[in-house]
Amino acid sequence: MHADRLAGVGVSPGAGYGPAHRLVRDIPEPPRAARHGGDARAELRRAEQALERVAADLAARGDRAGGEARDVLAAQAMMARDPDLAARVAELIEQGVAASRAVFDAFTGYRELLAAAGGYLAARVADVDDIRDRAVAALEGLALPGLPADPAEPYVLVARDLAPADTVLLDPATVVAFVTEEGGPTSHTAILARALGVPAVVGCAGASAIPPGTPLLVDGSSGVVRLSPHEDEVARAVRGAEQNTALLAAVSGAGATADGHVVPLLANVGGPADIAPALAAGAEGVGLFRTEFLFLDRVDPPTWREQQDAYREVFEAFSGSRVIVRVLDAGADKPLDFLPPPAPEPNPALGERGVRMFRHFPEVLAAQLEALARAAKGTSARVQVMAPMVATAEEAAWFGEACRAAGLPSVGVMIEIPAAALRAADIAAVTDFFSIGTNDLTQYTLAADREAGALAGLQDPWHPAVLDLVALTAAAAMGSGRDCGVCGEAAADPALACVFVGLGVTSLSMAAAALPRVRAALARHTVDDCRRAAAAARAAGTASAARTAARAELPALADLSL
Amino acid sequence: MAERKVTVMSEVGLHARPAATFVQTAAQAPFDVTIAKFGVPPVNAKSILSVLALDVRQGETIVISADADGADEFLDRLAAIASAP
Repeated sequence: MHADRLAGVGVSPGAGYGPAHRLVRDIPEPPRAARHGGDARAELRRAEQALERVAADLAARGDRAGGEARDVLAAQAMMARDPDLAARVAELIEQGVAASRAVFDAFTGYRELLAAAGGYLAARVADVDDIRDRAVAALEGLALPGLPADPAEPYVLVARDLAPADTVLLDPATVVAFVTEEGGPTSHTAILARALGVPAVVGCAGASAIPPGTPLLVDGSSGVVRLSPHEDEVARAVRGAEQNTALLAAVSGAGATADGHVVPLLANVGGPADIAPALAAGAEGVGLFRTEFLFLDRVDPPTWREQQDAYREVFEAFSGSRVIVRVLDAGADKPLDFLPPPAPEPNPALGERGVRMFRHFPEVLAAQLEALARAAKGTSARVQVMAPMVATAEEAAWFGEACRAAGLPSVGVMIEIPAAALRAADIAAVTDFFSIGTNDLTQYTLAADREAGALAGLQDPWHPAVLDLVALTAAAAMGSGRDCGVCGEAAADPALACVFVGLGVTSLSMAAAALPRVRAALARHTVDDCRRAAAAARAAGTASAARTAARAELPALADLSL
Repeated sequence: MAERKVTVMSEVGLHARPAATFVQTAAQAPFDVTIAKFGVPPVNAKSILSVLALDVRQGETIVISADADGADEFLDRLAAIASAP
């Protein structure tokens, strides 16, 4: 028996309808004592066929993805076709071990060898695990881990939670909604959904038990998930969502409140592919240009020559506008082969990442700054550079010197560590602007790991403690005549965007898909409405009370179904 | 028994793309090919998992061996791959 209605937290508005597809990540280990029925030859043939199927699937996915992914997946396919592995599997099956357990044990033997070697090879352990799980799934008749390769129709992706790795091949044209059992408003699922403009419900108890293929109607505003809904209900929801999109699109132009208080609305951009959607959504510039895409999946850091063309493409697309570039934000949570952490880190989120990493690898920073300075020349974009993970004024000053030495005059820092927010006035003295990263600021203020699904309730940027730190930062910026933007995904929440403006934030940057909603929300409220909403939220005792209190001061949100 | 002794020059060692190319080439040989590192028993050069687990790094010397007619030409090709910068 399944309920016909589940409820979670709506984190990306809109309506989506399609069959449920379960994202499977964990394949259970076959029992240690699993034996086959006695026909070793037939069992071996099953094992060989499963491994070949896995290899062919990996190779085909690589061909579809192209580029670096093709090489990576082709190498994985070679592992599935490995002759030594096949020999070991045959040996175990000869001894009576069931095919799935034989495959599991054979891969595990290599896994341990690679893990013990450390360094580059330790990173291949995940590849070996992935192939092992795929082969075991094939043998046990389980759904393969990962996303459906060629879905017959657009589907609703249902998962415990989504990790960045799950989403590499995600095609927004085939996914109509996300539903996750875990996760909060700042979880990766929520961030990804808003960036893609896909309706999403997170923290949805019971989602993991939805049978595959069940038709789902997902309301990303209310957080309601309907199982096998009547077709009238689906038509109503889809029509409502279309009307709402038209209503929002009718508001255009530069970001401003109803009484003309100007709030530039900027786009978060993660690479050249994000330029066109940002321009189409009317972005007035780029508030967060993430540069990690140039550095991922590489053995060596890119040279300045390799980097500058990619930067120039974005600068030229935003001629005459501001483009705020965040230098590489790498570290133990986003490890890169050429930036190894100096020591093992038991707690990566609190480890050597962001600007801390650059203190060890100043040459990587120098190459990036040189590329940015060269790319900026000859374009009319107002290029500004900022550093992630700054805790102290001393770090901000060090970064500022490096940027100015490279010929980049406008230097800012991200405010994502409570220490930086508390001492924002000190940092303002050595920097030109602030940009508040609400995802990390929330994680560090509440001491709640962004990746820990069980802590979803704490990962809420509405928490009054987070709002207090935003208020402190904005006040310090105003006192020093500095700009203070918000570039975390919280800025994509129309109600929270109004609250930030009320707290004194001067610009908002978000995924392109969120710009129409935030533009419409600001245009319907005065700056005094925003200030009252901010005061009401800070006076509340909990995140949910803050949200309710702020929304009571922002009545037009309900008219816009936001 | 024919053999080639070469120093691996690639910055990433005999990992990643160099390892894949090496194993793909060895796999085309109609006879057995082994690869050994000093102090470690030889392993099957046609096995990507075994070659990776050998963990050959930049500057290390390996011995590639085969015992068959026509082995020389194959060993030359493998030696060239392993010693490419």
